[in-house]
Amino acid sequence: MIHFVLLISRQGKVRLTKWYSPYSQKERTKVIRELSGVILTRGPKLCNFVEWRGQKVVYKRYASLYFCMCIDQEDNELEVLEIIHHFVEILDRYFGSVCELDLIFNFHKAYYILDELLIAGELQESSKKTVARLIAAQDSLVETAKEEASSISNIIAQATK
Amino acid sequence: MALSGMRGLSVFISDIRNCQNKEQERLRVDKELGNIRTRFKSEKGLSPYEKKKYVWKMLYIYMLGYDVDFGHMEAVSLISAPKYPEKQVGYIVTSCLLNENHDFLRLAINSVRNDIIGRNETFQCLALTMVGNIGGREFSESLALDVQKLLLSSSCRPLVRKKAALCLLRLYRKNPDVVNIDGWSDRMAQLLDERDMGVLTAVMSLLVALVSNSHDQYWSCLPKCVRILERLARNHDVPQEYTYYGIPSPWLQVKTMRALQYFPTVEDPNTRRSLFEVLQRILMGTDVVKNVNKNNASHAVLFEALSLVMHLDAEKEMMSQCVALLGKFIAVREPNIRYLGLENMTRMLMVTDVQDIIKRHQAQIITSLKDPDISIRRRALDLLYAMCDITNAKDIVEELLQYLSAAEFAMREELALKAAILAEKFAPDLAWYIDVILQLIDKAGDFVSDDIWFRVVQFVTNNEDLQPYAAAKAREYLDKPALHETMVKVSSYLLGEYSHLLARRPGCSPKEIFSIMHEKLPTVSTTTLPILLSAYAKILVHSQPPDPELRDQVWAVFNKYESCIDVEIQQRAVEYFVLCRKGAALVDVLAEMPKFPERQSALIKKAEDPETDAAEQSAIKLRAQQQQPSNALVVTDQPPSNGPLPVGPLTLAKIPSISSNVETSLSDERLSHENGTFGAVDDSQSAMPSEGLIGDLLAIEGPAAAVTTEQKPVSGLESVVGGVDALALAPVSELSNSVQPIGNVAERFHALCLKDSGVLYEDPYLQIGIKAEWRTHHGRFVLFLGNKSTSSLASVKALMLPPSHLKIELSVVPDTIPPRAQVQCPLEVVNLRPSRDLAVLDFSYMFGTTLVSVKLRLPAMLNKFLQHISLSTEEFFPQWRSLSGPPLKLQEVVRGVKPLSLPEMANLFNSLHLTVSPGLDPNPNNLVASTTFYSESTGAMLCLMRIETDPADRTQLRMTVSSGDAALTFELKEFIKEQLVYIPLPAPVPSPAQPQVSSPPIDPTDPGAILAGLL
Repeated sequence: MIHFVLLISRQGKVRLTKWYSPYSQKERTKVIRELSGVILTRGPKLCNFVEWRGQKVVYKRYASLYFCMCIDQEDNELEVLEIIHHFVEILDRYFGSVCELDLIFNFHKAYYILDELLIAGELQESSKKTVARLIAAQDSLVETAKEEASSISNIIAQATK
Repeated sequence: MALSGMRGLSVFISDIRNCQNKEQERLRVDKELGNIRTRFKSEKGLSPYEKKKYVWKMLYIYMLGYDVDFGHMEAVSLISAPKYPEKQVGYIVTSCLLNENHDFLRLAINSVRNDIIGRNETFQCLALTMVGNIGGREFSESLALDVQKLLLSSSCRPLVRKKAALCLLRLYRKNPDVVNIDGWSDRMAQLLDERDMGVLTAVMSLLVALVSNSHDQYWSCLPKCVRILERLARNHDVPQEYTYYGIPSPWLQVKTMRALQYFPTVEDPNTRRSLFEVLQRILMGTDVVKNVNKNNASHAVLFEALSLVMHLDAEKEMMSQCVALLGKFIAVREPNIRYLGLENMTRMLMVTDVQDIIKRHQAQIITSLKDPDISIRRRALDLLYAMCDITNAKDIVEELLQYLSAAEFAMREELALKAAILAEKFAPDLAWYIDVILQLIDKAGDFVSDDIWFRVVQFVTNNEDLQPYAAAKAREYLDKPALHETMVKVSSYLLGEYSHLLARRPGCSPKEIFSIMHEKLPTVSTTTLPILLSAYAKILVHSQPPDPELRDQVWAVFNKYESCIDVEIQQRAVEYFVLCRKGAALVDVLAEMPKFPERQSALIKKAEDPETDAAEQSAIKLRAQQQQPSNALVVTDQPPSNGPLPVGPLTLAKIPSISSNVETSLSDERLSHENGTFGAVDDSQSAMPSEGLIGDLLAIEGPAAAVTTEQKPVSGLESVVGGVDALALAPVSELSNSVQPIGNVAERFHALCLKDSGVLYEDPYLQIGIKAEWRTHHGRFVLFLGNKSTSSLASVKALMLPPSHLKIELSVVPDTIPPRAQVQCPLEVVNLRPSRDLAVLDFSYMFGTTLVSVKLRLPAMLNKFLQHISLSTEEFFPQWRSLSGPPLKLQEVVRGVKPLSLPEMANLFNSLHLTVSPGLDPNPNNLVASTTFYSESTGAMLCLMRIETDPADRTQLRMTVSSGDAALTFELKEFIKEQLVYIPLPAPVPSPAQPQVSSPPIDPTDPGAILAGLL
């Protein structure tokens, strides 16, 4: 299973974290610090796997961002590497050629998307189309609720004029 | 840019981005936190929008790495908001901020449950996602049923069901009982017929988790998995959107093959053939392509297929095909593939006998040792270590030595240790061993622990042939200008003992040796100085004829150190000085050291010790055990006349073996105990300079020694439970094969150890089911005797053979069971005192003229008298500390453990009614658990235990168990051990526990014979 997902920028800034195994706040900070040290210093033409504390971290760099997922020693590394790519493709489709800034200002969207992709540290959906459809449906739900709210407040405003 | 739709949030993020330095950022964050805090506290309620905004800000701040110690309540409270937008935020932020152990989560259980059982599909999705991501034990207790319903419901859409499947997987990890319901395995099999690929993928993950724990209920899923694999890999029968770079869902393929690896074998020949066809297709049909993602995905499938082939132990031909593929992989440029090639080769070595084919790739593997990537170098090192044997040890160790000078810090210690172990294990001759270790010290002295050079001294002392050679080598190294201190230690020790053997060689007169050693003295520390002083004294004794000049020099040194501040040095200086004047006495006192007693290698012990520091967290320990025992060192070049053999047996790790008879397994157990205490026996070996250090090393064994004394003779029955299963009970004699049990009786028994209802035994005519209830030290079974046939079962007899600690009362069993009828027989159990002994049910009946008799173990195991209790840190530790030392607290290092990940182990414990308290132990690799044991003699007794695992080697662990009762502590410890090392028998079991069937020829006219037959 995937124990956690980390998005770290090249400068070591955390852009997204998701923990599927229980880590305390202190442990989380420590993990991020340790792994940034290990992964950000690795050269470009090396393999995408790092052995770390008896587990493995599969990572891949996209532009300025490192996507990391920590798995068990016996898990299939390439499978997880392609989960990362799958995630990136979905982000790309949603934001329209995604960049780090998109993820900074819309980090909550990234969380929504990740939740449609992984649950319990396991892959939930491998169809990009399905994920896109579900996220769009969520967005429209939020939109509708907003419109309703504003129309209600209009009504109230008019009534109390 | 500000797409977030929340202006306040965007502004805040921009502000943070504009901060010039960390200090400014902190100020901005503090300001915001202050703001949020006052807003949350203010009397005026916040609008949903505001609440949402602040909660997001909190998450953002938290992500930046700042402590956010308030506002969790607000996030959690949004979960129960009526509208979707707030609810969504509530769920997501809660699942990011909190982990499963957080108290606030408990408050949300009701709202979450309402969402799950409610009619709103989107709410269901949100709730399932959160529970799937952070649900803990309590969630699993209160929600599992509802989640199951959603997964099975035909009216739910796939988007809900796939989430339900993974949510259930999470709950199962937290508490395996959630699927301990009748018919769950059938449902799993049905779920595998699912057409929606999203649901199928999720269900497959669930199946992997279930079978990884225990596969025996899920045999019906196996052919379905093979069919899914055929559908994907052969027929490419998937909707377009589920192909990934042209490959039919690689993830589902990988998961399916993973699930198959948890079944010991594929028995049905048709299924097996289909499976191998698909695997062959994958092995042969995967080409390297340009597109990285396609390549990765197809190789993900390929590597999984490789492991499955290895697991199924295919025909030789297919195996060599696999090795050939791996050989290709380790030579490619693509680093990922190279890495995985090396990794899988190492795995392959462990499961099959392919050593010789892999050796052909040795040169290529050695090249990988120089790869620019440390991940790859580590794999190469592990592989070299694993493939090393007596034929290639010289080459491999020399490569390791060469690489040592170039290797980075992070790897040196591991490298040095591995080289030392291999040199010791596989040395073709002892001189070579000495060469290797001295080179090792020379090149990486900092990483050579004391044990390594102690070991050299032991070997040289015990092998007279070796002494001149070792002394000469030591002398050579002393010529080097800059020496590592360890080298000074070992060479001065060796020269002190044996330099007189070199006396006639140039540069080796006592005086020369003394002066070259003395040159090093100013540079050494106080731990080395005593060794030098002893060496001086010895050289002086051995100088024949006495050299007055040398004597004066040495005396001057002693004189100088007589007032040394270090007590050890001072004492030696004073004593040697006085002794030197005694003449003859000196010769006796400073005679050559006697041979060392046989002793296990401290090195290998170190490699096995789970406590060793994290520096060498790799497969080293595992390998140390798995490497086939070679006694190269013990036998080489030793003419039998050479007196006592050199130092000790090199094979130490005793993996509890599955032996087919009780005696062997018993003696094995004793043996391994003895092994454990080996070192502690005799360490009074006089004035070995480093005695203290060795003593410390050996002292680790202390607790094990205590255990041995506790060891009492165990009855055959108990000791078998671990591995041998049921063989002891039903002597397989005089049987005709007419009535065979259906299913594996031993496996059924083991399943019932973890749950309270199920089938205990089944054959073509009869099924015995049981259902049990437990309350403190009382238990109540109901036996369900079901006649499956269309004629009556006669002469039904059930006899309980209770062990001494159980009081068992079985109600009357009717003499006949009518056709197709079920009879219930209650059975009362009272537990008198802790014991692992088992009750046996002797059951027999007549079917027609066939007498069927079977002895069955009754799952009234120790763990049934345990009850969950969960303790907080404040409750646990004082108790833990108050119980100190044997016999109330026992510790043991257990090897040959069934490899389980921590969550799996926690699951196992929880299902044994040992409550695991996550987070109680600061070390994440440890498990701490508590439970209450009930028996008449002990009453309710709290038991605490700690398991220290080693992430690098899941096959061993250290276990500490304590309770207020010595017998209980011991029994519980042994019980847990049995559960951990229990290795399921490979599937084609030669029908264990066969019922004794005999068909006495009954003469219908002879009433006596009929009566005898009935009895």
